[in-house]
Amino acid sequence: MKRRTVMMSMATAALLALGAASAQAQDVIRLGAAAPKTGPLAGGADVTHWPAVRLWVHQTNEAGGLQLADGPALIELIEYDDQTNPQQAIQAAQRMATQDRVDFMVAPYSTGLNLAAAPIFSQLGYPQITGSNVTNQQPELSAQFPGMFFVLGRTGGMAEDTAQVLVDLRTAGDIGDRVALVNVADAFGIEMAGISRAVLEENGFEIVYQTSYPLGTQDIAPIIDGARAAEPDAFIAWSYPGDTFALTDQAIVQNFAPKVFFTAVATAFPSYAGRFGAQAEGVMGMGGVNPDDPAFQAFAEAHMDLTGQGPDFWASASTYATLEILGQAIEATGSKDRAVVMAYLQDHANIYDTVLGPIQFDETNNNERYWTVGQWQDGVFRGVAARGRDGVSDIILKDGWD
Amino acid sequence: MSATDVRNLGLAALALGIAALLPLYDTGYILSIATTMAMFTVLATSWALFSGPTHYISLATAAFFGLGTFVTGLGFQTLPFWTLPLIAAGLGAILAALVGMVTLRLSGVYFVIFTLGLAELVRQIVTWVQNRTGQRGMYVLTSITERDIYWQLIGLAAVVFLAGWLIARSRLGFALRIIGNDETVAKHAGINTALAKVLLFMVSGAVAACVGAMLAPRYIYIEPSTAFAPLLSFQVVIMALLGGTGRLWGPLAGVIPFTLLWEFISRNAPNQTLLLLGLAFLLIVYVLPGGFVGLYERVQRRYRMEGR
Repeated sequence: MKRRTVMMSMATAALLALGAASAQAQDVIRLGAAAPKTGPLAGGADVTHWPAVRLWVHQTNEAGGLQLADGPALIELIEYDDQTNPQQAIQAAQRMATQDRVDFMVAPYSTGLNLAAAPIFSQLGYPQITGSNVTNQQPELSAQFPGMFFVLGRTGGMAEDTAQVLVDLRTAGDIGDRVALVNVADAFGIEMAGISRAVLEENGFEIVYQTSYPLGTQDIAPIIDGARAAEPDAFIAWSYPGDTFALTDQAIVQNFAPKVFFTAVATAFPSYAGRFGAQAEGVMGMGGVNPDDPAFQAFAEAHMDLTGQGPDFWASASTYATLEILGQAIEATGSKDRAVVMAYLQDHANIYDTVLGPIQFDETNNNERYWTVGQWQDGVFRGVAARGRDGVSDIILKDGWD
Repeated sequence: MSATDVRNLGLAALALGIAALLPLYDTGYILSIATTMAMFTVLATSWALFSGPTHYISLATAAFFGLGTFVTGLGFQTLPFWTLPLIAAGLGAILAALVGMVTLRLSGVYFVIFTLGLAELVRQIVTWVQNRTGQRGMYVLTSITERDIYWQLIGLAAVVFLAGWLIARSRLGFALRIIGNDETVAKHAGINTALAKVLLFMVSGAVAACVGAMLAPRYIYIEPSTAFAPLLSFQVVIMALLGGTGRLWGPLAGVIPFTLLWEFISRNAPNQTLLLLGLAFLLIVYVLPGGFVGLYERVQRRYRMEGR
């Protein structure tokens, strides 16, 4: 009898242990992601957002998942298309939170969609670590949404640094005072052109040509024509992907080759170098990375292996970094309880080790260490100006298109 | 007022009252879908007030809606919030009057194309002004919750339904039905067709602008490319036609199933959303040419014939 009891209890214990083990192996963290798969921003999200998200989930699961206090948990990714529509972004966030009951959510893609979804993240207590949202309103936004974090940086910093690049080049005697400044007539272009114009004028530059063009315009030729006629030393265009390519194309056609040629969004895309090849040499644009950093090299290689395309040299890495930050906060607390993880993220003493280097949020939840200006050099888009980042490369002057 | 009218008014009031209680039940997912439904109900119903009787297909909803969001974006810091939808409605009516006076003499496809261009025109003007003044994307950070927005929309829906009911019973409504059937006859009968059309177009424009003003706090970030997105105009037309424009409740009967269908497809086929929506829409057009109102009337007729 006694022996049987012992046997029974041992068997029960074994069963329990087995049950516990299988429960552990099955532990899952549900991660929701809604971003454009259709609509105007689908192209950008396909380059920058989705591959980075899938890569992180893939790598984390390959490594056995995230370590919680009671064992490892694999990531289950739930994807939705927000159709580049704020209405749908709101609804998708609601759906993931209340219907799919995801534990955490990936922040949406782009400034507008991130802001539309912000109240839902905030009300339901989800951390919103944004990697493709550039704004100057960090203080106001983090006051209203204390769970919103900003990795990509401030628009002000980027516009100022771009102007500063010119100031430095002039000080070195490489260029003169004449600048042509153009922008796409949309919120982004108007804001950036305004800031950089102010900085340039303060520093005694002469804006010899300034104009804007509507978003989606087909006829870029007159802009390059006008800029060329003004004979500037530097050409700065606050452009979106479509016009970034069109402006470069036209400049090549008209052989307009100032010593500084800057186009904004999408200059950092691998497809830019793919399209223009050696002619891209010396073109500057927004963003940048330190391509000599082994962390970035490993990221780029894994990105290529999994998705068949390289990362862009700007927001791909910061989107990936947002998930690294989330993962590290979950592992540090050993919990998938959102309130606990949120409290950890809001503790501004914490530092995260990411592909961008160490990241620490300031009191407005902002990452103050980011890349601002990059330049194509030997087929790689190198960061040539940054706030608080190491590995800034020297600037080269553009020497024609051939 | 006949007994049927009293009954219908009572039923409508009851339905709106029940709809207004929804936020007490749920403030998450269901409310979020209901807010979308309420928004499209107001837009589609006010659209049908004009386009239903006159058969002028207007794709200008996005122009008025965007105008409204910008009113809120520019004014929410300096003016009390409750004034903004009213100002937006006023501006919407003025814009509609200006546009209406010029274009309602156009007919058929010319009118459709012009209204489609209107949203783009207004968007480009706004962008031009922003470019001139260095103004940029606006952040509408308020303490207004989705629940508040939902209640505002329900209130506006009540106003729109009441206005629609009153217009249908008025001389104006009668005149519009005649215009819809044959504009030449209407003119010869002594109806000032231009005035009648412009008046109704103003109502529909004012309501769309008002909805835009109410929804701006939901979007938070206001920029021309999303505020004037042409998709909105098409959604409104599709939903109104699915419901049918012959009756006041027609658009509502389109909005509810279409929003649910859209949500169902977005949820279950996140990679093929637009493809499936397109197929669903084709199917609807073939199977339900007159919308749900048409179906209802067919069924009703058959039932009466059998009853005889």
